[in-house]
Amino acid sequence: MNSLTNRKKVLESKQMNFWERIYLPAIINGLSITMKHFFKKRTTVYYPEEKRSFSENFRGLHSLKRDENGAERCTACGLCALSCPAEAITMTAAERKPGEEHLYREEKYASVYEINMLRCIFCGFCEEACPKAAIYLDGDIAKAGYIRDEFIFGKDKLTEPVIK
Amino acid sequence: MDIAFIIEKLILISAILGISLVIAMYTTLAERKFAGFFQDRVGPNRAGPWGLLQPLADGVKLFTKEEIIPTHASTFLFVLGPSLSMFTACITTAVIPWGQDLFLFGRQISLQVADINVGVLYVFGVVSLGVYGVMIGGWASNNKFSLLAAVRSASQNISYEIAMGLSIIALLMMTGTLSLREISEQQSGMNWNVFYQPLGFLIFMICSFAETNRTPFDLPECETELVGGHHTEYSSMKLGFYLFAEYINMFVSSAIMASLYFGGYNYPFMHLISNPNIAALIGVAVFFTKILLFIFFFIWVRWTVPRFRYDQLMKLGWKVLIPLAIVNIALTGTGILIFGK
Repeated sequence: MNSLTNRKKVLESKQMNFWERIYLPAIINGLSITMKHFFKKRTTVYYPEEKRSFSENFRGLHSLKRDENGAERCTACGLCALSCPAEAITMTAAERKPGEEHLYREEKYASVYEINMLRCIFCGFCEEACPKAAIYLDGDIAKAGYIRDEFIFGKDKLTEPVIK
Repeated sequence: MDIAFIIEKLILISAILGISLVIAMYTTLAERKFAGFFQDRVGPNRAGPWGLLQPLADGVKLFTKEEIIPTHASTFLFVLGPSLSMFTACITTAVIPWGQDLFLFGRQISLQVADINVGVLYVFGVVSLGVYGVMIGGWASNNKFSLLAAVRSASQNISYEIAMGLSIIALLMMTGTLSLREISEQQSGMNWNVFYQPLGFLIFMICSFAETNRTPFDLPECETELVGGHHTEYSSMKLGFYLFAEYINMFVSSAIMASLYFGGYNYPFMHLISNPNIAALIGVAVFFTKILLFIFFFIWVRWTVPRFRYDQLMKLGWKVLIPLAIVNIALTGTGILIFGK
């Protein structure tokens, strides 16, 4: 019966002939194959020194964005925390005082904004949920660390630096 | 026996010991580097330039690791195992002729520690002692995997020593001497024994792979079946000694193959160099080049050929190599009878 894919191969196990039985030709063949690889170009990327570029939709570390005047976009609505399947995001909201308009875009802002990177699964749902375009996962790979507390990223690590 | 003789031998012995240890040290790096190259990788490259300090780092690591002796292990034998392995690996170099005589300070200095007239037998004796290191270590660990590995190793070495000895007999029939120096001297020019004894060399080489426990015959430390083999229970530098002894053995068996079959320190047009010292030094360099090529071959084979199954190993040893070696003896005898020497 013909197979549908036409890729069927009938294997036959026949007795090995003399040259196959003394192994040496096969071993020499194998040695020549490995020798070919010996002089091949290495495919290694020397990681800490050189990095491969990320793809466009790579989801790395989060950053809290600012608007064109350098004010924080986040309004502490909590939609990111709500959408987070790993419950990694917590925040505390605060009211903007008069004179802080250059710091926070809306009347309400997040005084504390923490992401637990040990919980985060980098799904990007927070990015999708945000109505103010305030959070994006456009950073680097999450760093390793020795202490658990190091992995709770506050606003100091998350907020984008002000562009002057 | 004058004092100069003793000093001369002392220097020679320390030099040879040092060289063989350094070569074994860097063979560990070469093994990992070449393993990388054969697999399109780079190999260790972080310690020093091109990873050249890697063996030192490994040594320091092994020395400073915690030393564990299992509660139910026989402590004396447990320590004796790796020591014996290392000791037997180091003393084989005594009979290898590293080069022609040097003439320094009005003295003729032989570049061989001991020119004994039973050099080949000495090598065989020491090599068969080597298996005791593995056996004692494996048995003293009081671990079933170690014991299995030790039994395997013993039976493997016994099986392959026979074929090795028989392949050497054909060579000795031609050379008519057991002294490694005389065998080397007979091969001056391109008069190498491998051209007269290709089959014998093949058998000898296969057997030395088995004797040094190298792939495809590395069943004593077969990770997939025996955890770590005979050194499962070993840690710290005692483990290091086992691993290191394997590399020294590799160096020694390369040296023996080079001096028995590949002309030792001889190279073509040797007699054209008038200064005997320079000729001898080039000879030493040539000899070491041959040794390093053999070591490279050992590594090359390791990263190419998969491991034998145990029954295949025994079948190869007893049913193929030994009859083949006997046939080789008969062929050599006939050849000597017809063509003379």
